[in-house]
Amino acid sequence: MNLEIEIILAGIRTAIPDAGISLRKNPAPSGQHSLLVNGSNLVEVCQFLHDTLDFDLLSNVTGVDWPVPAKADAVAVPEGEATPASEGFLEVLYHLYSTNRRVGPLVLRARTADRAENAKISSVVSVFRSAEFQEREIFDLYGVIFTGHPDLRRILMWDEFVDFPMRKDYIAPDDYEYEPTPHDAVLEKAKSHYPAQP
Amino acid sequence: MISDPSIFSSAPTLEGSDDDQLLRVSLGPQHPSTHGVFRMNVVLDGETVVSLKPVFGYLHRNHEKIAESVTYLSSMPYTDRLDYICPLSNNWAYAHAVEKLAGIEVPERAEYIRVILAELTRLINHTAFMGFILGDMGAWGSALMYAFREREKILDLFEDLTGARMMANFMRFGGCRNDLPAGWAMQCGKLVDEYGPFLDEMEKFLVGNEILLARAQDVGQLSKEALINGGITGPMLRAAGVNYDIRKVEPYGIYERFDFRIPLGETGDCYDRIMIRFLEMRESLKILRQAIDQLPEGDYIHPKAKIRNFKPPIGEAYGRIEGPKGELGFHLISDGTTNPYRYRVRPPSFINLTLIEDMCLGLDLADVVIILGSIDIVLGEVDR
Repeated sequence: MNLEIEIILAGIRTAIPDAGISLRKNPAPSGQHSLLVNGSNLVEVCQFLHDTLDFDLLSNVTGVDWPVPAKADAVAVPEGEATPASEGFLEVLYHLYSTNRRVGPLVLRARTADRAENAKISSVVSVFRSAEFQEREIFDLYGVIFTGHPDLRRILMWDEFVDFPMRKDYIAPDDYEYEPTPHDAVLEKAKSHYPAQP
Repeated sequence: MISDPSIFSSAPTLEGSDDDQLLRVSLGPQHPSTHGVFRMNVVLDGETVVSLKPVFGYLHRNHEKIAESVTYLSSMPYTDRLDYICPLSNNWAYAHAVEKLAGIEVPERAEYIRVILAELTRLINHTAFMGFILGDMGAWGSALMYAFREREKILDLFEDLTGARMMANFMRFGGCRNDLPAGWAMQCGKLVDEYGPFLDEMEKFLVGNEILLARAQDVGQLSKEALINGGITGPMLRAAGVNYDIRKVEPYGIYERFDFRIPLGETGDCYDRIMIRFLEMRESLKILRQAIDQLPEGDYIHPKAKIRNFKPPIGEAYGRIEGPKGELGFHLISDGTTNPYRYRVRPPSFINLTLIEDMCLGLDLADVVIILGSIDIVLGEVDR
């Protein structure tokens, strides 16, 4: 299903002049290009796509961790000169489809300012209900705070868990599981937790 | 009734309500109707549901993280464990996404084998569903045994072909792992011929069944717009009359060659959701018959398909197929190395649960069980 992404981009720019939106080319053979949307205008853009361009199905929401910003620009290539982000960020991708017009996916991407205090993106649940659990999952596994989400709490990990396991710099604890007969790499790790064998 | 409220730490607080008639029920995680380990924190007013919050994660093993730490092909056997009722659909969805990412061609024979396997998987899923949903309604055992008897015949075919009944690990990027054994297509044709009469028999038991009508009709329906907005896909969506099947909307593989129709429901209640699966099985049989008759000779995998040291180009791809439970998608981001930089599963049964509270509000607790059954979840996929 080919999608006239340039036309959509022009449409959004006309309707929302300060959307801060730009086209990102996908170098892979899939040819699924994407639109990078300013995090603060995301809900407005989604509302426009939903109401005016009939993109009624938000199928998939993906979180991505980019500690090295240059890598993100290699996957989603900016057109012309774009200043790369100075520090790593978290990214959320949205795959939209239209059930009536049968086109898609329209890929939107929104980025957080950093990977710490400002890891915030506005929630699109008010436009697309299907994002509810998926945003919770990204909050759970990546630590993106979706402002305006009706019920933002951990979903897959337990409530008391502190870290965000899908981040690239996450270090798995090596005593999360009792190992009655440690072996190989597990044995190496286990040495720090179990008393030495007599 | 459990008096300690601390176990409901993630349940909604009923602030402002000092009505002590409300009853909090923790339905699950160990409960036959949850189809695995799944919990719903239900608040009841008498028998009526006033709040329902699903609790996930009992089977969580961070499938996506594991897949990002190994090579592309190494995740293939692990996709079997997502929706373990339908491993071959999962295989195909993953292979489809990687083929999109790397631009890999699939030979014609392999495409036919894939269609045959995917439709057989759909038969397995929907047949097992009939058994489970009847179990949820109280017909415990017999319906499931009828269903599993037929399922076992298909699993025998899978075992002949892949060496495993369920954990197939069969698809490869650019084709399939091995060719059909001698006589397999004939056996499969025989099964397809015999499946119609079995469906007739099963339908005779169910269609006019008074208990099924009483339990399933006018239960759990939502508007088309609400379902689409909630991301509901698959038989759930089509039961409400939305003509959206990825095999038609965005034909992958060779689906545009086959003559089949998309059955649609009217009201979208649980009864429609059950019946739509019957009709889908009939269409699957039609596809299977055509695919077996047209099965060409040739390669079962692209001769230049790279198995070792496979590195897709930098970029990303989202590939989706019409799984038996709904839209099964994989979103992959490659940074040019042997391991995926990002591997995301779009699990249909997880996202189909988004609207479960909306479907259940105002109904009886017994209806919750039917609604959950009609969504058709598999916890291996919900929790990943």
